Amino acid sequence: MIDNVVPVTRETLLAEAQRLADGGQRLISATAIDQGEYLEILYHFDKDLKLTHLKLEVKPGEEVPSISRVYFCAFIPENELKDLFGINISNIVIDYQGKFFLEDEAPRTPLLKSKPPEQGDPREVAR
Amino acid sequence: MGFISTARVKSPWIMHFETGSCNGCAIEVFAALTPVYDLERFGILNTGNPKHADIMLVTGCVSFRAGRVLRNLYHQMPGPKAVVAIGVCALTGGIFHDCYNLAPGVDKVIPVDVYVPGCAARPEAIIAGTVMALDRLAGKAGPPNIAPGEPRRGLEEGRVVEIAPGNSDK
Amino acid sequence: MPGRTVIPFGPQHPVFPEPLQLRLTMEEERVIDAVPALGYMHRGIEQLAQTKDYAQNVFLMERVCGICSFMHALCYCQSVESLLGIEAPPRARFMRTIQAELGRLQSHYLWLGLVADACGFESLFMQAWRNREMIMDCQEAVSGSRVTISTCAIGGCRRDWDDGVLQELTRRLDDVERSMDAIAPVFFEDPLVKQRTVGAGIITKQEATLLGAVGPVARASGIVEDMRRLGYAAYDELDFKPVVETSCDSYARMIVRLRETFQAINLIRQALKKMPAGEVLNKWKGTPEGEAISRVEQPRGELMYYIRSNGGKNPERLRIRTPTLSNIPSLVKMLKGSRLSDVPVIALSIDSCISCTER
Ligand code: SF4
Repeated sequence: MIDNVVPVTRETLLAEAQRLADGGQRLISATAIDQGEYLEILYHFDKDLKLTHLKLEVKPGEEVPSISRVYFCAFIPENELKDLFGINISNIVIDYQGKFFLEDEAPRTPLLKSKPPEQGDPREVAR
Repeated sequence: MGFISTARVKSPWIMHFETGSCNGCAIEVFAALTPVYDLERFGILNTGNPKHADIMLVTGCVSFRAGRVLRNLYHQMPGPKAVVAIGVCALTGGIFHDCYNLAPGVDKVIPVDVYVPGCAARPEAIIAGTVMALDRLAGKAGPPNIAPGEPRRGLEEGRVVEIAPGNSDK
Repeated sequence: MPGRTVIPFGPQHPVFPEPLQLRLTMEEERVIDAVPALGYMHRGIEQLAQTKDYAQNVFLMERVCGICSFMHALCYCQSVESLLGIEAPPRARFMRTIQAELGRLQSHYLWLGLVADACGFESLFMQAWRNREMIMDCQEAVSGSRVTISTCAIGGCRRDWDDGVLQELTRRLDDVERSMDAIAPVFFEDPLVKQRTVGAGIITKQEATLLGAVGPVARASGIVEDMRRLGYAAYDELDFKPVVETSCDSYARMIVRLRETFQAINLIRQALKKMPAGEVLNKWKGTPEGEAISRVEQPRGELMYYIRSNGGKNPERLRIRTPTLSNIPSLVKMLKGSRLSDVPVIALSIDSCISCTER
């Protein structure tokens, strides 16, 4: 088990991130885990080799504020979450609109377990 | 042989393009170019410009986005040209075959003349593959790894086309 | 006001061995803004890993990146080991350290060659790669393979080394060090290299923290940050200090890497001396459960694996955060205000490894 997990909500996320930034913490990354009913997002921070995590639970389709105004570097993991999980993150500093990694031919939201209905296997089409 | 074809075979220029995989083979291509293995002793020169290139070395399982670039680069190369696919990734997708973001295998996108297996392909194998491609440039040999009569398929301008053996230069 | 133009830099560009595109907004010769465009090498390994079992995933993780493939296997094995609650035997921990440092050596030499090439110094490029081949020979001597060496396994190392291998390694290390001594002064002092790197791509200490810089980029800005201090593998028993520079530019990043090559040789020698005898592989059974994080110091910086498992055959989620992904925001910052002709050197100075980044 990992320790030092601080649960946050969508309202308190920005304030918590700001607090960590003021404390000189470095943002490592953000990870999303598909739990079926909801998605769990973990933001990992590090200071002097000690990890802190912020844990946020969101329902599909809910809007999550971007922390990239606090941590500029957050635009990369946030665009990734948007691409791979289809999480609706608003106000990212550089927003790739879901085209960060994925090309038009690729499946949408490939890491979600419950896939939205698709039109055939994209790989067959590309061939 | 005329002057042009002699020059082409004695000093072909190669271009390397990595289409998205673990990079191991890409690094081995560079290693094959540098002093210990020294592909340059065959008069081969590395270039970054597709219009200067005669042989294209392709590594990596072709991701969709890189596949588009690959197709572009291939069409920019003047004929006669040869394509060498390096590493099992480039052959069939290899370990990444089941990933969602790729068209496994370079030959799904452009016609391939020489297949160099290995994960990662050793520099010696890369050199052997490139030298085999020289025969192809000289017009001596057909594509070596394709059974005679077997049609090859490639992707051109978004549609699948049949490419007859030995006729891929158009 | 002069007009603005957008120049796409890449994806096929001679200075990058891999496809990466930078969209540069230019005002005459100055870069006003840079936006990285990724996705040329995205495969979807995180998804594939969820469909394979724990032992199979070791081979998949090795192929996240061919340059630092051992580090990926190591980090993954460590995370599974901490889920299982087992540890690698002492001898295996030393073997892991030696292979990790060999990997760092060859990766840094690869980069030094590329940077010499970007400076337009072809002979130095060739010489650096020639040295790298000697390191590759060491790697081949201990593992039997050049790139994806597959020696790391969950619970230790796959195969023990006999005395012959160790002697061979010791002998070759001397050759490697001699060749390094011969070319290191060129990188340290040559005016040609200095002219291109000094003052290019400055990033201050405060910025580096907020931008999440890791590895040599952070250490070149005066941040003492080195995951080896966590003491994984055998690093807790070896004596070393993180290499830190304070001039914050591309030159500092080069110096950090150069000094790390000598540090790596030193660490390998120490490890060879202290290496105990004994088992190298602990057997394990069952399916791991829970979540774990493992971090190692790759040549390019901190690598993090997050693994979660619910007792099934396959991991439920495997998250790979590679160092280049963290250094790209710094690159964006560095490029702003630089001249177009400096872009290749600055872009190289973070030692980007795109196949890691996009997985
Ligand atoms: S064939 Fe193997 S070593 Fe080569 S690029 Fe593919 S995965 Fe990497």
